[in-house]
Amino acid sequence: MYVSVAGHRAFFSTGSGQHVAENESVLFVHGAGFDHTVWTLPARYFARQGRNVIAVDLPGRGLSGGEALTSIEAMADWLCLVLDELDIRQASVVGHSMGSLVALNCAAKYPDRVRNLALLGTSTPMPVSDPLLDAARANQHQAIDMANTWSHSSFAHQGGNENPGLTLTLSGQRLLERAGPGVYFADLNACNDFIDGDMLATQVKAETLVILGLEDRMTKASAGRSVAAAISNTKVVELDACGHSMLSEQPNAVLDALAALV
Amino acid sequence: MADNLHFDTLSLHGGQQPDPTTGARATPVYQTASYVFRDTDYAAGLFNIERAGHVYSRLSNPTNAVLEERIAMLDNGVGAIATASGQAAIHLGVATLLGAGDHIVASRSIYGGTHNLLDYTLRRFGIETTFVDPRSSQDFANAIQDNTRLVFGEILGNPGLEVLNVPEISKVAHDAGLPLMVDATFTTPYLCRPIDLGADIVMHSATKFLSGHGIVIGGLLVDGGTFDWAASGKFPTMSEPYAGFHNLNFSEEFGPAAFITRARKEGLRDFGACMSPTTAFHILQGMETLPLRMQKHVANTAEIVEFLAQQEGVERVNHPMLESHPDHELAKSLLPKGCGAVFGFELAGGRQAGIRFIEALEVFSHLANVGDAKSLVIHPASTTHHRMGSDALEKAGISEGLIRLSVGLEDTKDLIADLKKGLRAAGRA
Repeated sequence: MYVSVAGHRAFFSTGSGQHVAENESVLFVHGAGFDHTVWTLPARYFARQGRNVIAVDLPGRGLSGGEALTSIEAMADWLCLVLDELDIRQASVVGHSMGSLVALNCAAKYPDRVRNLALLGTSTPMPVSDPLLDAARANQHQAIDMANTWSHSSFAHQGGNENPGLTLTLSGQRLLERAGPGVYFADLNACNDFIDGDMLATQVKAETLVILGLEDRMTKASAGRSVAAAISNTKVVELDACGHSMLSEQPNAVLDALAALV
Repeated sequence: MADNLHFDTLSLHGGQQPDPTTGARATPVYQTASYVFRDTDYAAGLFNIERAGHVYSRLSNPTNAVLEERIAMLDNGVGAIATASGQAAIHLGVATLLGAGDHIVASRSIYGGTHNLLDYTLRRFGIETTFVDPRSSQDFANAIQDNTRLVFGEILGNPGLEVLNVPEISKVAHDAGLPLMVDATFTTPYLCRPIDLGADIVMHSATKFLSGHGIVIGGLLVDGGTFDWAASGKFPTMSEPYAGFHNLNFSEEFGPAAFITRARKEGLRDFGACMSPTTAFHILQGMETLPLRMQKHVANTAEIVEFLAQQEGVERVNHPMLESHPDHELAKSLLPKGCGAVFGFELAGGRQAGIRFIEALEVFSHLANVGDAKSLVIHPASTTHHRMGSDALEKAGISEGLIRLSVGLEDTKDLIADLKKGLRAAGRA
């Protein structure tokens, strides 16, 4: 579905569900360079459970128009504009990687809008290495190759997808290849520049779930535990043998964890 | 296990973790029709594509899933489906994208069974095909109509071994908002990965080199995840709500994996041409040695081609490794590791010479297959391509005296000795 936000069309997937005003809502925020399709399985689950699902494409990504936003704060503000357009006062907010920073910022800055929070593959700060940033700035495929390598556990590089017939690494690569020039860099740079996360985490009041991959090399499990420790009301789920791309590596375990919170 | 595993390693390990319950190192054969659900909500989640897992072995099976993921990893695709045969794979690909009133542009130099499917059977269902010269990307462009929805070719034409210029023809297809589907049976991903060259969908008859031992029938359909179905605007099965699945919009919900997901959720479900898990197991066993076998196939073929090219009773040898082949330079560029082990040559003396040649052979087996570890021989005009008319045969480069070999892994001294016997017999008036 589309809504108009700040003069541009904004796309969100409903998980094939129908929005009903009195139902609770779940807002999903994707990671750097990705789009709403990373959330398809949980989106469809929560839609069937009667939630209003809003799996957004951030501006300039996927099917949404406009320029890519360049800061985590701007993305969080934009999320609230989407909720305003949909006349939704409060939602559960679920974010992965960069999306977890956007969700965290949203929960700290707009506590009344966030019922509860799920942070997947998170870290504050979320520094990005210079070689990755430089390659992304130059729109080189090497940036995708590096991210794809580091985003998956060693198990995932061998394969054995729970989702029959699909590769674990290529889907992410193709998504990043579809991102427009400059989009991936804008996202990575926004992560790199977001330095207030530790402070914001202490301000979060919403019940929070942090899901960690014990083989995550992009946002290490230890960093995720630190985020969880800074938030007052937090549950942590640790996924063994799982990398940063937990939505593709362990979709059922992620969904089980989310279903218990949202 | 290290990052970014290489081809030889993926041939052995891709798509499989040791069985978590038993520790079995080999991929177990999950000979089961269905799978017990954890609870009713979990079952509903599997049916509604919320959960990853298996429901019923027509749709997916753990043994088949290893094979599917392995070929997808080797081909650089986002996913794959194992089918009952190569013909089932091509049909599944076509039927996922096209319906009555649609049109295909295809190379005219293709496997006889595929030619029959496109030229006769699919026409009965309202899907028309225009056949063009595989060497002319301009012919492909000229044949594209408003209702064209697919461009198709074989990486190595059958039996002429025309090398499909995938980079050029994929550009023609993409400029027209169309995907390019390539049959890569003769090359396997060891010799060529068409998706890396610009193709969007790849199919294999896994009966041939992938399984490699002539013991099973199977096909594989691989989605490169490269084609943007919604942006093309020509594929309602991909980008519009599907009433057969609660108005699911595949490109919207599955992005790069839209095609292979639709193929599984519709075509495999409804047409039902799935692969047996035992067959998948046999193909996996074959793929474990794919790099070794393909190296030997190519090396043996080079010796046989050189031998035949020097024989007086042989009028022409048709292999891209020869400078005389029109696609020699293109083959060096697109197929640097070799052009496979299937090729044709023409005997002096036409059909009768061909009969005497084949019947004199003892190491080469006269049968209808290629890509076996054992060397094979056949006469295409009277067998694999017998349904084609004389005009179509001529256009496809199939003469009465054409012999097709599939060079196996035997000692080449024995193969050459066998061929000498055949040539002596062919030369007898």
